[in-house]
Amino acid sequence: MKRVYIYEGFERFWHWTQAILIIFLAFTGFEVHGSYSFFGYENAVVYHRIAGWTLVGLYVFAAFWHFATGEVKQYIPTFKFMKAQLDYYIFGIFRNAPHPVKKNRLSKLNPLQKITYFSLMVIIIPLMMITGLLYYYYRVPQATTVNPLNISNLHVISFWHVLGAYFLVMFLIGHLYLITTGHTVLTNLKAMITGWEDIEEEEGEEETSNQENNKENN
Amino acid sequence: MRRTYLIFTVIGLIIVWAVYVLQTPYVGPSKLDQLKEKYSAPRPKKAVDHSKFAVLQKKFKTPQEVTKACLSCHNEVDKEIIGTPHFRWERPVYLENRGVAYLGKGDIINNFCIGVQDNEGSCAKCHAGYGMNRTPTAFDTVAYDIDCLVCHDNSNTYLKGANMGGYPDKSVDLGVVARSVGRPTRDDCGVCHFFGGGGNNVKHGDLEKAMFHPTRDVDVHMADAGPNLQCVDCHKTEHHNISGRLISIESQQAGHFGCEECHTAEPHESEILNEHTYKVACQTCHIPEYAKVNSVNIHWDWSTAGKLDKNGKPYMVEDSLGDHIYKSIKGTFTYGRHVKPQYFWFNGKVSNHYVLGDKVPKGDTVVVMNPIEGSYQDIHSKIYPMRIHTTIQPFDPVTRLIIQPHLWAPKKGEGAYWKDFNWQTAAATGMKHVGLPFSGKLGWIETKMYWPINHMVSPKEKSLQCTDCHTNNGSRLASLTDFYLPGRDNNTWLDTLGVIFIILTILGVLGHGALRLYFYKKNNS
Repeated sequence: MKRVYIYEGFERFWHWTQAILIIFLAFTGFEVHGSYSFFGYENAVVYHRIAGWTLVGLYVFAAFWHFATGEVKQYIPTFKFMKAQLDYYIFGIFRNAPHPVKKNRLSKLNPLQKITYFSLMVIIIPLMMITGLLYYYYRVPQATTVNPLNISNLHVISFWHVLGAYFLVMFLIGHLYLITTGHTVLTNLKAMITGWEDIEEEEGEEETSNQENNKENN
Repeated sequence: MRRTYLIFTVIGLIIVWAVYVLQTPYVGPSKLDQLKEKYSAPRPKKAVDHSKFAVLQKKFKTPQEVTKACLSCHNEVDKEIIGTPHFRWERPVYLENRGVAYLGKGDIINNFCIGVQDNEGSCAKCHAGYGMNRTPTAFDTVAYDIDCLVCHDNSNTYLKGANMGGYPDKSVDLGVVARSVGRPTRDDCGVCHFFGGGGNNVKHGDLEKAMFHPTRDVDVHMADAGPNLQCVDCHKTEHHNISGRLISIESQQAGHFGCEECHTAEPHESEILNEHTYKVACQTCHIPEYAKVNSVNIHWDWSTAGKLDKNGKPYMVEDSLGDHIYKSIKGTFTYGRHVKPQYFWFNGKVSNHYVLGDKVPKGDTVVVMNPIEGSYQDIHSKIYPMRIHTTIQPFDPVTRLIIQPHLWAPKKGEGAYWKDFNWQTAAATGMKHVGLPFSGKLGWIETKMYWPINHMVSPKEKSLQCTDCHTNNGSRLASLTDFYLPGRDNNTWLDTLGVIFIILTILGVLGHGALRLYFYKKNNS
């Protein structure tokens, strides 16, 4: 067992701010959707807008950081060891088998994480941002002013925004659960808070796979 | 060191963001504050005191003498008045289906006493002129038939006589009224406009006798203990042409004005509320209900009229609130109080009023007297509150014309329904008078009118709240289905599948977790 510094300060800041904002957005968003009443309709709309803009701002910084540091490469999907990772969640985890893909600073994501986070960042988050901005800049046409957009019906925008929201809620549930599948139940959570994670040290195939990953990333 | 910079940068950005989001920019006193200041200032004193004019210091025998005295100073004003709808009962409009038409009380049928023609002697109670009970009528004659007093009386003693062709009641001291004249007050306008259709609040719903001196809850603008606005403060008037015409007989948008004149198009502090003004009329949120004090007539059934008591006399039935639910001369009435308006897209246009002599298409069972235009897609349309009034009225099923009956006459035997109680002769006499055929067969048809609700503006704390419309449970806008309204509408498939998949996800992780726990315990034991 060795302690490895996996998540840098900005990453943790980004992760937790994003987490809070997305949960808050979901909570206010579903109130606007009419699912329940909590903040009051107008407040829910106002809060949702503020949180939405804040998240857009955060993503600007996050995107810059990921590209500037090259960390973005970690998210490029790979099929390598994907089956092994799947097998682990379906069989290995119950037999207390070791994690098939080892984490280190240069390869912090397993293949399933890669594909999931990649899909989130390339499909769901842009979908939510685009439909959210359309929802925001949607102005019903008016005779006397120039309108930025002239969308005849909110229905389509709303459909995709709500669809994205359901995906994010499902992701959140899965994500919260999979946090507990580290070396111990709290290993992953601690890592995302402190940046440091206890990594299993083992010889054999997994080590090589790590090295290969490292090569790819380098 | 690097870490310190990073932390300071992040904290700095958060502060910048917080200041940006939480600031309330100072923009000076709001429009509402400016209006409050304007209307709480004392009104300027009148520059002219009519009570001191020598020409008015006399005993007037006829109302025409008063008009003559008025015109001796205001010596050109008769030419203005004679052209106004208050005197002419009509105004020219250009309509695509009719060309230039003169539409007004003479030819537009309504839902109440049906039509003026052949009943002028009685209807002239609300004509700004005298002598409607003779031929030729005031329309054709001289300036001295203009009734200045009905609008300009400030003594609150002027009263037009019943069935007197527009002449004042015998009890009126014309000298007192003449010496009091001034700017029209709510009393002047209300005495006709609050009682249109033959009784208090029969027509409008939002204009009735409670508006003479409304409380703040009834009308925030006209409340005595408030800005105490008079009708003409908003209905600005130039050369006796009064702005703000209602679509009951008005076909074009030209004469309309709105709350924006004073309050601007973006009157709220909240940006979200201001966005609503693109598509929602002010009245929609700010007049949550009408007929706030006295009952309003909702449905009128002429077909039950004509029952007489055992002495062969007409009679009336009142309900517990004192509203006439039956009158032999008029039929059956249905009333409402604290009525929620219905909501429609409306662009201000009514291009196809039903006009006397229009054939009702075969198969139509309801005639819309003033079909409104508007839809979500139309950029000139907004959601407006309306009152819908329905009536069953006499109809000729052969010619398919709505009948203009002869209702009023000074005495029996002239074919007037209110004296003789015979629809056949009333229909024949009335239709003959207006020069239209009557087959002799009398039936009934339902007519429907839209009445936009513009008055009885509530204090802001009583205006509609977001979830009065943005809800899937009893939304005020439930009937407007041609657009997507957040909070009201959803995609049922999407929501159902979304919830099912969320539940499946939760079951999945719980199942997986349970298995892990089971195997963990098994492996450890």
